[in-house]
Amino acid sequence: MVKTLYDKLWESHVVHSEEDGTALLYVDRHLVHEVTSPQAFEALKLAGRKVWRTDSVVATADHNTPTTDWQLGIDGIVDPTSKLQVKTLDDNIRSFGAKAYFPFLDPRQGIVHVIGPENGATLPGMTVVCGDSHTSTHGAFACLAFGIGTSEVEHVLATQCLLSRKSRSMLVQVDGALSRGVTAKDIVLALIGRIGTAGGTGYAIEYAGSAIRALSMEGRMTVCNMTIEAGARCGMVAVDDTTIEYLRGRPFAPQGELWDRAVAQWRALESDPGAKFDRVVTLDAREIKPQVTWGTSPEMVVAIDERVPDPDREKDATRREGMARALEYMGLAPNTLMGAIRIDKVFIGSCTNSRIEDLRAAAAVVKGRRVASSVKLALVVPGSGQVKRQAEREGLDRVFREAGFEWREPGCSMCLAMNADRLEPGERCASTSNRNFEGRQGTGGRTHLVSPEMAAAAAVAGHFVDVRRQWR
Amino acid sequence: MEKFTVHTGLVAPLDRANVDTDAIIPKQFLKSIKRSGFGPNLFDAWRYRDAGVPGMDNAKRPLNPDFVLNQARFRGATILLARTNFGCGSSREHAPWALLDFGFRAVIAPSFGEIFFNNAFKNGLLPIVLAEGEVDALFHDVAAFPGFRLSIDLDRQTVAAADGAKIMRFEIDPFRKYCLLTGLDEIGLTLRHADEIRAFEARRRAEQPWLFG
Ligand code: SF4
Repeated sequence: MVKTLYDKLWESHVVHSEEDGTALLYVDRHLVHEVTSPQAFEALKLAGRKVWRTDSVVATADHNTPTTDWQLGIDGIVDPTSKLQVKTLDDNIRSFGAKAYFPFLDPRQGIVHVIGPENGATLPGMTVVCGDSHTSTHGAFACLAFGIGTSEVEHVLATQCLLSRKSRSMLVQVDGALSRGVTAKDIVLALIGRIGTAGGTGYAIEYAGSAIRALSMEGRMTVCNMTIEAGARCGMVAVDDTTIEYLRGRPFAPQGELWDRAVAQWRALESDPGAKFDRVVTLDAREIKPQVTWGTSPEMVVAIDERVPDPDREKDATRREGMARALEYMGLAPNTLMGAIRIDKVFIGSCTNSRIEDLRAAAAVVKGRRVASSVKLALVVPGSGQVKRQAEREGLDRVFREAGFEWREPGCSMCLAMNADRLEPGERCASTSNRNFEGRQGTGGRTHLVSPEMAAAAAVAGHFVDVRRQWR
Repeated sequence: MEKFTVHTGLVAPLDRANVDTDAIIPKQFLKSIKRSGFGPNLFDAWRYRDAGVPGMDNAKRPLNPDFVLNQARFRGATILLARTNFGCGSSREHAPWALLDFGFRAVIAPSFGEIFFNNAFKNGLLPIVLAEGEVDALFHDVAAFPGFRLSIDLDRQTVAAADGAKIMRFEIDPFRKYCLLTGLDEIGLTLRHADEIRAFEARRRAEQPWLFG
């Protein structure tokens, strides 16, 4: 029988099935961070249960950690509740165990979805779970990867399994070559603009087509990362040479004879020719332009050469009210040219766009230029300690600093503003992160989601610009 | 987990699509390492006029009188009526915890964010999917009839107006229904399959040893 990649990943992890199709899925990799795990460990302790398989756990502190003053150590975490969460994770990992733990201040600490792949802790064919919705990122390695809640974190810790039901399947086929200055981020934003934030609800998405094949692993991770913003819990890409070359030599990847055996198995991780999907969406990469969101949901997105939409032209009443409310929150008038929107802050970072390739792309735009004087703060927050050091070896930190950017320590930072990095009420930000929800980057803050190149160009211009035309 | 069998309660309408988990419980409140106490900060940015930070005395904060849950007629509501894609966004289980802590036992919407949907079940908060037209009609009824109540019968899978005038059926996975009706501990249930898990694991270790150790 012909099978999709999703079928293969699903079937190879079913331990037990209930009559109604609910399955007990085996979990290979469990990523843990400080925000969604404390209640799970506590419940485990209260019930007198152990962690089923500690060598499946890879943990780090990322959401709360500061991006400055690391020399102050743990005291650099000013907020006592943040500090308590970071310490609680330390305690929990110390008493329960893990395969690897990159605590706050560790040279390999970083955003959980950056450190997994870069250490080879994410391998093709795995099921990967984490108490974080952007776990979909790891699907770029032909993994079945999705975010879970804290009760499920506890369930996985205690049983190595997750109760789940199979989703429907969606193929997103992206063919053709992207124009210069158009990136993986623009592909996924364009997709969300097309199908909406609930368009993928109930589906597992596979990304295929020549445009996806042409992406680096970093680009594929960006696309899979934002799958959750399209409503689907997981997105995936088949294994090819790019996947295998990326993994070769990574610390937790198999070596020697085991590597060859693994590669042979990984090669089968693709949809069979003629496999059937419940829904197919096609995008023409040649038609995708740099995208900028204008509202408070990732589906509220247009191309840089378009205008802020006019709610009066929307027929559906709920949608019209939603648009009007979003425009009010964003402080934007209908029909404003996207290129006329001025920004106060710039954030280059997050598990969507903080990998080395993202930083290289942003630095290429910034090189030899200055951040506009009207921009109050331009931040670069590398996704991990390893990304940071790699960037420094390449001199990217100098490029950013000379342009007027701040070069920070790794973490989630202003993606969700749980630490000190945030927008003040009314401030407008060009951000490479994944969510433009109300208050996401700080109460009253206004977020526009863009690619690293577009964020860098906006920093220099002080407003959004079409990176295809300028500085290329 | 608290059982869910039959529940009758006052309905509060939240007439917005795509209500995300950041709106349900803003991130500054996720720093708690507990499961309880999130209710006062449910929909914090919409409910209060000032910016909420942990540790404030919420009773003293200025309320936004326009926000629906602050209106006297919806005080004590236990069923939330919502629009499409309710609970989209992050995996934070703090969202259902906050809704439950506030007093809600069920949320009715045309669709839900998937992780939120899952998380709700794990905590005894029943998310009910009804057709868009049915939800529309309910929004209408809530506006038209002060004190509008609904009765939810999980076993029969029905939502009914308290006067019995209107009965709607909803779908639910049998396994989820069973867990909710009995309030069973899912981990305990899963551990009944411990031998199967061990056997699966042994096979996997033999075939793909690089996944272990
Ligand atoms: S970078 Fe943002 S989206 Fe990614 S894990 Fe951190 S907070 Fe979540």
